[in-house]
Amino acid sequence: MAAIARWLRAFGHFWFDFLFGDSPVLFPATLVVVAVAFGLRHHRLAAVISVPLLVIALIVGTAYLGRTKSAQPGTGEADETS
Amino acid sequence: MSASTYTLLAAVFAASAVEMVEALTIVVAAGVTRGWRSAIEGAAAAVAVLVVIVGAVGVPIVRYVPLSALRVVVGTLLLVMGEGWLRKAVLRGSGHKAAHDEDVIFAETVSGLGGGATAPARRDGVAFAVAFKGVFLEGIEVAIIVISLGGSQHRLGLAAAAAGAALVVVTIVGLLVARQLSEVPENVIKGGVGIMLTSLGLFWMGEGVGIRWPGGDLAIPVLVGVFLLVTLGAVAFMKTVVPVTASLSTGEG
Repeated sequence: MAAIARWLRAFGHFWFDFLFGDSPVLFPATLVVVAVAFGLRHHRLAAVISVPLLVIALIVGTAYLGRTKSAQPGTGEADETS
Repeated sequence: MSASTYTLLAAVFAASAVEMVEALTIVVAAGVTRGWRSAIEGAAAAVAVLVVIVGAVGVPIVRYVPLSALRVVVGTLLLVMGEGWLRKAVLRGSGHKAAHDEDVIFAETVSGLGGGATAPARRDGVAFAVAFKGVFLEGIEVAIIVISLGGSQHRLGLAAAAAGAALVVVTIVGLLVARQLSEVPENVIKGGVGIMLTSLGLFWMGEGVGIRWPGGDLAIPVLVGVFLLVTLGAVAFMKTVVPVTASLSTGEG
C-alpha cells in the first residue's frame, strides 16, 4: 500500500509539475483556448484566425509576466528545468 | 503490379512517411533536449502499446476509437508544453532569463546520443511522455492509413510493407538529422521545439474539436512559420520595449 501511495504521489506530482510548474497561468488559459476552439468549430474562418491569435496572446502575455519577476535580482525562476 | 497497386504503395508510403516524420520530430526533439534514453523508451513503449492494441482488438479498435477525443487531449497537452517552452525561449532570447550552460548541456546531449562515457542515469518523465504521446498518436494514424487504404483494395499486407519501408527511411533520415540537431545551441533547439510542439498541438487540438484547417496538413508548416515570427517578434519586443533593468544571475537550471 505504501508503495502504491508513493507511486500515486509521484504520479500526481509529475502531472501537477507538468501542467502548472512552468507557469500557473498556462494550463487554465489553454483550457479556455480549447473551449473557444470548440465553440467556434462551426465558424471555420473565425476559428482558424482567433484560436491561433489567442495562443499567440497567451505566449506573449505570460512571457511579459515572466519578465516582471525575472528582471528583479534574486527572484529569477531558477527552478525551471525545461 | 497494376497501376492501382503502384498508386496504393505510393500513397501509403508518402502518407505514412509524413505521419512518421511528425512523430520522429517529437522524439528527436525530446531526445536532444531531455535525453535519448527516456525519449526512446517513450517511443518504444508507445509502439509496444500500439502492437498490443492492434493485435488484441485489431481492425475494430482502429475503426471505432474516437481519434478526435485523443487529438484534443494530446493536442492540448502538447500545446501547454509548447507554450511553456516558447515563453522561456522569449525570456532567454531577450535577456530576461539566464541561459543554460551550453558546454554542459552539449556534453549531456552527446552522452545521451551514445558519444559519451555514460548515458544519463536519471529517467526524464517529460521526454518519455512527449515521445510516447507523439508516437502513439501518429502510430494510430499510420494504422488507420494502412488499414483504410490497404483494406479498400484487399492489399493489407502490401500496405503494411509500404508503411514499414517508410519507417526505415524516416528512421535513417532522423538519425542524420539528430546528429545535426545536437550541434545546434540548446536554447535555440528549445525555441524550435516550442514552436513545433505549439504548432502540432494547436493543429491536433483544432482538428479534434472539429476545426477544418485550410490546406489540411499543410496548415502545420504555416503554423510553424507563424509561431517562428511571433517568437522573433516577442524577443524583439521584450528587448526594446521592456529591457532588462537588472543583471541576472547565471547558471540557473
